Amino acid sequence: MVKALRQFKKGILDENPIFSQAIALCPVLAVTTSIVNGIGLGLATLAVLLASTLVVCFIRHFIPAQVRIPCFIVVSATFTTVVSLLMEAFFPALNDALGIFIPLIVVNCLILARMEAFAAKNPPLAVAFDSLGMGLGFTLALAAIGAVRELMGFGTVFGLAVIPEAIPRNILMILPPGGFFVLAFLIVAARAVRARVGKGEA
Amino acid sequence: MEQPRYIVTTTPHIRSRDSIERTMLFVLIALAPAAVLGVVFFGVRALFIILISVTSAVCFEALYQKLARKPVTVTDGSAVVTGLLLALILPPGLPLWMPVVGAFAAIVLVKQLFGGLGHNFLNPALAARAMLMAAYALPMTVSFTAPRTAPDATASATPLMLLESGEFTPAGADFLASFLGNVGGSIGETSAVALLAGGVFLLATKVISWHIPVSFIASAAVFTALFHPEGFSGEVVGYHMLAGGLILGAFFMATDYPTSPVTPLGKILFGVGCGVITMVIRLYGGFPEGVAYAILLMNLTVPLIDRYIRPHVLGKRAKAGQP
Repeated sequence: MVKALRQFKKGILDENPIFSQAIALCPVLAVTTSIVNGIGLGLATLAVLLASTLVVCFIRHFIPAQVRIPCFIVVSATFTTVVSLLMEAFFPALNDALGIFIPLIVVNCLILARMEAFAAKNPPLAVAFDSLGMGLGFTLALAAIGAVRELMGFGTVFGLAVIPEAIPRNILMILPPGGFFVLAFLIVAARAVRARVGKGEA
Repeated sequence: MEQPRYIVTTTPHIRSRDSIERTMLFVLIALAPAAVLGVVFFGVRALFIILISVTSAVCFEALYQKLARKPVTVTDGSAVVTGLLLALILPPGLPLWMPVVGAFAAIVLVKQLFGGLGHNFLNPALAARAMLMAAYALPMTVSFTAPRTAPDATASATPLMLLESGEFTPAGADFLASFLGNVGGSIGETSAVALLAGGVFLLATKVISWHIPVSFIASAAVFTALFHPEGFSGEVVGYHMLAGGLILGAFFMATDYPTSPVTPLGKILFGVGCGVITMVIRLYGGFPEGVAYAILLMNLTVPLIDRYIRPHVLGKRAKAGQP
């Protein structure tokens, strides 16, 4: 159980997909103009990640090594379709906001990386915790970037105005360069936190 | 005890008096007339913007160097120059907190994160202005105020904005006002005479060489003469040279050492690129003014220019068939 917990924890800070591994950055920079968008894409990715890594884990002995990547894609495409249809039915507004980036979860390199590097080599329980941790770390990172950009760019938090109308909004934060700036500064912050946490344990 | 007749030392034996402090001091002296005239024309608000911009640039530099545990080098004056240059290219009616954001962008994002003085790949002040323009497009466009002494003190658009929208033609324009700086525009860019005086001072003290400013302004003039959509007109060419930030950019921005080529030929290429891009933006682009973007774009080409145009190694002969 301790081991499983460690699998879960590493995805949040030490091996955070965004702040440490710096993978799957394309959707991260594209959709994080608000907290809700960030959490939405994060949770959708988490659902696909968890389901598809578990399936890959169960069928890992039947997949021929030479064609494993196409097999992984088929699995993640299946669950992406499910998630995409569910979101279209229950969260149409969010689905519109995220647009193409929901179907693109299929080729999200976080999912491929976890399937290839972890799910195909480990038992189901470890895979479940690993995927939960990675997915949650991904969601938290997206929410953090979205929070900063939404606050500075629109002056709102979760859509509620917190900065007076009189102060001009920083439009740059909504534009793609703002995503890069915020991501860079949050990576610095995450490294600082990691250094401090690491020192405390040592 | 008798002094020895000769002194034994290691090389170099001849040292120039050049130092960062001296260069920065000369640039400040050269910018002073334009800054003073900016305050005269645009009032005490311009003075506030200059003070806020310079103070916050110096503070951000010191703060970053403290936090990054680097030697604090604010006394070299480079942050003062960056802050002053930034203020001089901002509209005088800007909200007073915006220069602080700009100074952060210039000093922290563009200068210090890339390694500090001499390592910036873009001109910090211009990059900060471009970022403010992207972030706060509306205040950056509507904050131009007419000079207090102008005959029609209600107009707030700059001459280049009026040219862009076609409300104004240079024929019969008040060239004397443009030359003195008694027109709308950024704080330090309007007065051609003050900027030229500062430019000549920098040339005379050898802080800058003539290559970039001359090729910049000349190529802009030639391009305007050849390709202005309404055909050649001496007045149009002359007005474009005086209006906007062309002179400020050519003498003070494009000549920034780390973001301009090393060799004379490279400098001329760089200046011609700046001049042509400036006028392409002014005459054909969507913005009324193109100096800032032209210099920023050419800044990016500097490594390439320096790679292909190299000075001859001393004593090496030119290859046969080459000059």
